[in-house]
Amino acid sequence: MHIVKRDQMEWYKSWLIRAAAIVAALIVCALVTVILTHKDPIKVYATMFSGAFGTPRRIWNLLQNIAMLLCISLAVTPAFKMKFWNIGAEGQVLVGGLATAACMILFGGKIPNALLILVLVIASILAGAIWAVIPALFKAKWNTNETLFTLMMNYVGIQLVSYFSMYWEAQKGSGQIGIINQSTRDGWLPTIGKYEYLLNIIIVAVVTILMYIYLKYSKHGYEISVVGESQNTARYIGVNVKKVIIRTMILSGAVCGIAGFLLVSGTNHTINTTTADGRGFTAIMVSWLAKFNPLFMVLTSFLLVFLQKGANEIATVFGLNKSFSDILTGIILFFIIGCEFFINYKLVFRHSHKEVK
Amino acid sequence: MKKVIAVLLAVAMLLVFAACNGSKTEKPPETPSTPGEASTDAPDATPADSTGDLADLKVGFIFLHDENSTYDLNFINAAKAAAAELGLSDEQIILKTNIPEGQECFDTAEDLVDAGCTVIFADSFGHEDFMIESAKAHPEVQYCHATGTKAHTEGLANYHNAFAAIYEGRYLAGIAAGMKLNEMIEAGQFSAEEAKIGYVGAYTYAEVMSGYTSFFLGARSVCPTATMEVTFTGSWYDETAEKEAANKLIADNCKLISQHADSMGAPTACELAGVPDVSYNGSTVDQCPNTFIVSSRIDWTPYFVYAIKAAVAGEAIDTDWTGTIASGSVVLTEINEKAAAAGTAEAIAEAKAKLEAGELHVYDITTFTKDGAQLDSYLADVDTDADFTPDTEVIKDGYFHESEMRSAPYFDIEIDGITLLDRNYG
Repeated sequence: MHIVKRDQMEWYKSWLIRAAAIVAALIVCALVTVILTHKDPIKVYATMFSGAFGTPRRIWNLLQNIAMLLCISLAVTPAFKMKFWNIGAEGQVLVGGLATAACMILFGGKIPNALLILVLVIASILAGAIWAVIPALFKAKWNTNETLFTLMMNYVGIQLVSYFSMYWEAQKGSGQIGIINQSTRDGWLPTIGKYEYLLNIIIVAVVTILMYIYLKYSKHGYEISVVGESQNTARYIGVNVKKVIIRTMILSGAVCGIAGFLLVSGTNHTINTTTADGRGFTAIMVSWLAKFNPLFMVLTSFLLVFLQKGANEIATVFGLNKSFSDILTGIILFFIIGCEFFINYKLVFRHSHKEVK
Repeated sequence: MKKVIAVLLAVAMLLVFAACNGSKTEKPPETPSTPGEASTDAPDATPADSTGDLADLKVGFIFLHDENSTYDLNFINAAKAAAAELGLSDEQIILKTNIPEGQECFDTAEDLVDAGCTVIFADSFGHEDFMIESAKAHPEVQYCHATGTKAHTEGLANYHNAFAAIYEGRYLAGIAAGMKLNEMIEAGQFSAEEAKIGYVGAYTYAEVMSGYTSFFLGARSVCPTATMEVTFTGSWYDETAEKEAANKLIADNCKLISQHADSMGAPTACELAGVPDVSYNGSTVDQCPNTFIVSSRIDWTPYFVYAIKAAVAGEAIDTDWTGTIASGSVVLTEINEKAAAAGTAEAIAEAKAKLEAGELHVYDITTFTKDGAQLDSYLADVDTDADFTPDTEVIKDGYFHESEMRSAPYFDIEIDGITLLDRNYG
């Protein structure tokens, strides 16, 4: 038996394989549920569904969470498409958020709110971009390993947030900033009507479309794809690879900064080390699953957020530990990612013909 | 594109299908989601038949972590105990675990309101601001926040803080520690001067400082030569950091360890090193059979029962509720005879009786000094403000009045005999 790469598969066949994978995943999840917890698997699935869609508020929360994950996924995409392993989105989002929080604390009430929000946007974009460009510069100048470098930058970012949580703590020694400008709402992203997260969602939708256009139709986007395919080819056709790396990482970091801004000014109105909540890493999966296409990412981030929301609801309704819902999410992702193997490769059990004629 | 849409449609269809099958049983919780205000009149019109109100009551609980955290486990157990005591069914209490200290706490509180909860509890300090936000939006719902500090200044009728005089429990646990040190000194394991306690704290926060100071005073009341070293992890829950902190203290010749952080890190490190440990939040005897001595903890059941009953009866819940030994809120677990010194139970019982009778005060100013001098006056930061302005005189009648001006602790004096190895970071 050996493994052979497939030619491009017809769309309905890959459709069937993916559908089969989902069905198989749901069956395995059901079996695991029955064996381990003796709960009715249909009820468990129904609970997942109601956890994500059960009330209008839950749908809004779902959309908001999709928007946040999507925004960070969009941020990492250009870098990954360029085969630059930016696993530092978590840190880039946090420093973007930290810059936002800092300006909210320092300038809140001192400058007009519209100006303050403009300052927040600029500060967060700058902070995220700086955090991302440092590893890019080292990569371009000295060819350092960007995977390790960006990972380490995450820890530096987390420690900075931790430090400032204590610096600006609301209660002596508590290490908690608490809601910033709770009474005045200075620097809070305005809400549209009574829809708290609508503006966040709209902003991310715009970023999604811009990113799609940028990657697909702009010269920069083309250069990113070429560098990603082969740096030698890129050089051959006269692309300045170092410049592309640095420019792309600045963009990547800037969008992470926007995500940080939306998380602090538009959502939490505070910052702590869990503000990014691991999204910087989940985003990588969202981006890869969608094959770096910003429009597909809407769907893959929906899938991941849906699984997470559903899983939390299972934990609440059935009194199961969150670890159990993580197991279910793990099984489903395993099948989804695993089925890509069968779409790209096939197993051949015996030689049907000789290569040499 | 098509492929991914197709896959997701397939998932969605399956789940819709699944939901259709199951939704009949799920109906009741969804009905009150739209208006919410319609049912508010009910709690006000409360005649004698409070049992009727209890039957359609829903209570929500928001926990920072899940049962893997000793702190949250203590709350979860209390929630279940309170429900059992009041005869509430499983459907009437909604437990939300792993809720971070951010907007998600607000969203969760709102979700609980949607689900029909009229009383909502939250267990973590950082939840407070988000609970207040939700409380402002739903005056008909009672919000009870454990460990918070803002209720007495916020002026919201439906927002309440609660804590317990846990420093008294810590003091009693400290006596068990002091007895153990004495036993080890008598057995010739080390000299009286070497009787050093190690303490793993989370933050240099008043709650932690009050905790280790009362523990130390309890230990020193029976072992006068005892000293203490404290190290901080900068996190309420970080198993690795807590374990490392305990190991650091043990390597620094601490003879006994106690902790105020919420994982099993420190107790596990003690068990591995064979160093006695006085635990917190609950018994760790199962995991640490050879080193666990005793644990003090807050039993939240009395508060939950009190607040729920008051809410149902339409009575005001205390803005600041402080549980005591007398109310059953401050308790000690079973003493592990294998590790504890002989006579520990008796010594604790004696001190407990004195505390209850008011003959003994944990922070008696004659029992501790600051920079070598006795304190006769101290202004504590009771009202939360940005500059931590000390605002309230708390030393009166010869002792520091802890947890009387507000429920959350405010004792933050660094007394002589205790060395802080670091501040907030391990």
